[in-house]
Amino acid sequence: MSKKILLNSKDIEIILHRLACQLIENHNDFSNTVLIGLQPRGAFFANRLVDLLQNVYHIKNLQLGLLDITFYRDDFRRRTEPLAATSTEINFLIEDKKVVIIDDVLYSGRSVRAALTAIQSFGRPKKIELLVFIDRRFSRHLPIQPDYRGRQVDAINEEKVLVTWKESHEIDSVYLQQK
Amino acid sequence: MDQLSVEHLLGIKYLKPNDIDLIFKTADHFKEVINRPIKKVPSLRDITIANLFFENSTRTKLSFELAEKRLSADVINFSSSQSSLKKGETLIDTVNNILSMKVDIVVMRHASVGAGVFLSKHVNIKIINAGDGTHEHPTQALLDSYSIREKLGSVKDKKIVIIGDILHSRVALSNIFALQMQGAEVKVCGPTTLIPKYITSLGVAVETNLIKALNWCDVANVLRVQNERMDINYFPSTREYTQLFGINKEILDNLDKKIVIMHPGPINRGVEITSDVADSNQSIILNQVENGVAVRMAVIYLLAEQIKR
Repeated sequence: MSKKILLNSKDIEIILHRLACQLIENHNDFSNTVLIGLQPRGAFFANRLVDLLQNVYHIKNLQLGLLDITFYRDDFRRRTEPLAATSTEINFLIEDKKVVIIDDVLYSGRSVRAALTAIQSFGRPKKIELLVFIDRRFSRHLPIQPDYRGRQVDAINEEKVLVTWKESHEIDSVYLQQK
Repeated sequence: MDQLSVEHLLGIKYLKPNDIDLIFKTADHFKEVINRPIKKVPSLRDITIANLFFENSTRTKLSFELAEKRLSADVINFSSSQSSLKKGETLIDTVNNILSMKVDIVVMRHASVGAGVFLSKHVNIKIINAGDGTHEHPTQALLDSYSIREKLGSVKDKKIVIIGDILHSRVALSNIFALQMQGAEVKVCGPTTLIPKYITSLGVAVETNLIKALNWCDVANVLRVQNERMDINYFPSTREYTQLFGINKEILDNLDKKIVIMHPGPINRGVEITSDVADSNQSIILNQVENGVAVRMAVIYLLAEQIKR
């Protein structure tokens, strides 16, 4: 299986800083903003961003929630393999808040569509934004685009873009793999 | 991800330990869902479920219906009191008529033992047994084990005593199967007339002294005396039953340890259990009811996952 490295840990570090700064530019002290990482893979990315915002940029009182979208997906009973749910950990209401949905790879847009439905179970947000680490252009099934993107990647359908994080795979990297 | 090893939920005895694990893990997620401000997920929006209650039920029916609605399924209800059964229609005919309305899952309670198994052999549909006579009540046993797991961390190696009318209880039988499958030790306690003759062949010990049973156990699951199923007198009087097998606060306070009290409902307050015990902090009776919805959501969700169109 051929593998091609797209981003190494240094590149990823730089991108994380840029994304953190872009968020601060739009959300100031985050007093009316909550961050929602999509389970399972978006959670690692969201935790990293929060870590950076708190420790390097000294943002206090950040609210981070983790959202599982399994029960909201549109491919229930249509997949060959059943889906395993992960936990949802949102201990606050999002009523009238600005919500930033965070995921690692934006591909068809179907996960984000499910997340948009799921998030409504926690209230009516004032605004929802989408932040992704990798935006795979030209592969969307739905009219969904990110507000913040780490890197745009053009890949064909036979290829898979994989993001690994130190916390789960011991190394930060983004690579392209033949399916 | 794992799938259930069964196509229907007809009884605990057909399940494997992995199935119970999977149901509990899924129920954990649904328990979080039903505590959200909006307690509904859209997973089953193209599934229709018929609740066929050929025997009376309040909480099981409500719990199933709520679980189905929380999963966004379409629900139709049927109770025998308003049905054509009284006009002489057979069970298979009734169910086939309902099936021709394009139903995907049937939840059935029936007074006859094995009604679910019988139906599963004659109609092509997913069946969930919500109680068949004095045989099994699998979702009740699952929610009981789930509640023990939630309160004590796990079911394995715990000592559970089931107290009361074991003879007429489908809850007792399903509980025995479920608890043993998860590695718990089970005893039954009650008047000898209400304990099935061959119960020890299931690996269950019998204790007729309530105090001894309570001192032995970690959890006491107290059952109701099912007067409606009794065709003869099994004990001299309700008063005598209460004196010998009723649990009150004094008994509970005099035990060596703090045990957990469960009851599948409906409670006959003052008969098998006094109000101060039922409402005490040792009782997890209302947790059982809440967990019932989450566990039933998990069962329905996992069975619905197997339906391919």
